[in-house]
Amino acid sequence: MTEQRKAIALISGGLDSMLAAKMIRDQGVHVEGINFFTGFCVEGHTHAIRTHDRKRPKRNNALWAADQLRIKLHIVDVIEKYKDVVLNPRYGYGANLNPCLDCKAFMVAQAREWMERHAFDFIVTGEVMGQRPKSQTKSKLPIVAARSGTYDRLLRPLSAKLLEPTLPEREGWVDREKLGDISGRSRKTQISMAQRYGFKDFAQPAGGCCFLTDSYYAAKMRDLWRSRGDRDYEFDDIMLLKVGRHLRPKPHYKLIVARDNGENHFLRGYRNRYTHLQIDDHPGPVALVDGDPSLEELKLAARITARFGKGREADAVRARISRRDGTELLLSVVPLRKGQIPQAWYV
Amino acid sequence: MNRLTLDARNLICPLPVIRTQEKVEHLRNGDELEVLCTDPGALHDIPAWCRIHGHEVVETGEHAGDFVVRLRVRKLGNQT
Ligand code: SF4
Repeated sequence: MTEQRKAIALISGGLDSMLAAKMIRDQGVHVEGINFFTGFCVEGHTHAIRTHDRKRPKRNNALWAADQLRIKLHIVDVIEKYKDVVLNPRYGYGANLNPCLDCKAFMVAQAREWMERHAFDFIVTGEVMGQRPKSQTKSKLPIVAARSGTYDRLLRPLSAKLLEPTLPEREGWVDREKLGDISGRSRKTQISMAQRYGFKDFAQPAGGCCFLTDSYYAAKMRDLWRSRGDRDYEFDDIMLLKVGRHLRPKPHYKLIVARDNGENHFLRGYRNRYTHLQIDDHPGPVALVDGDPSLEELKLAARITARFGKGREADAVRARISRRDGTELLLSVVPLRKGQIPQAWYV
Repeated sequence: MNRLTLDARNLICPLPVIRTQEKVEHLRNGDELEVLCTDPGALHDIPAWCRIHGHEVVETGEHAGDFVVRLRVRKLGNQT
């Protein structure tokens, strides 16, 4: 009996990676999945934070995909390692802050390490030739293979027939004839394959798999770097950029104001790490302060916070300012009136 | 058999799953792990992770404002 070969498949939770894993599994290869958590992933939880998104399934797309495929999934925390990819991409950024080519090479390299540690034979990705204008052209795919050090142990089943035969194909571990010849941006073939395989309700991220492709998110990230004079970030920073309205009245501090109860709850989880504000005598948002405002500036922050609450038209409201060290300050402030928040404050 | 607790409170998904996975890696067949979390997504994600890895979910629920998932480790031979 021939030895059963083992492949590790990158599972993003999107359709292409599911199809790629399925095609290889159907050829009798033992497939397990791997997924990387960078902190920027667009996931069920980010939707779940907001109250109006509560009806969406609060699931992790990659886990859900693995469950459908009946394969094991290993989720790996790469938050720290990924920083260098975001901050110093060798091949630059896409439309926003997405370093897609470096990101792919990084993830495949991580998968290679896993493959070597666990004595697996090759790596599978759902990349499709020509699907992404910058990172998946025919000339770019070899860069991922070379930069990740995987060379011909990297198989892209959806486009394999359009690419040079890889080791698994040459060795007969998989039958090249049964692999795909998909290229370009049309999703038609993938959708019909999904129907054939009975995949339902799969995630189809429009812009990409992460927040770095989002122009609003990228603007907030750039603002953070500018204000700190340092291109760096902590995990809390990148989580908070996903939530609330961000207003920066002065370069040295900004305010993150919750937009609904779900976000209030989420921001309260940060109350030991940030000064936060709330209006005591009217329902309204929680606001976190990032930076180091003076007392006068904190008063302005309280007036801004009041503007987004139910007491916005009151003559005065009672604001509670809670500092990180547990001390509190109670102030009576006049909410900013309509038109008093300059557009330029919004990040 | 060992009984252990993992505090995954104030972590948002998929971090509770990642921490569970890291913990289970060092446990033995039959051990029980109780995971405490605050992200309701963990109530779906941890059982899904258990299902695909063959571990047994003994109980899920809410306790004193936290979500709790209790699982029993199932390991056969040389597993990844
Ligand atoms: S969209 Fe984000 S996660 Fe996807 S390849 Fe680009 S940078 Fe990486």
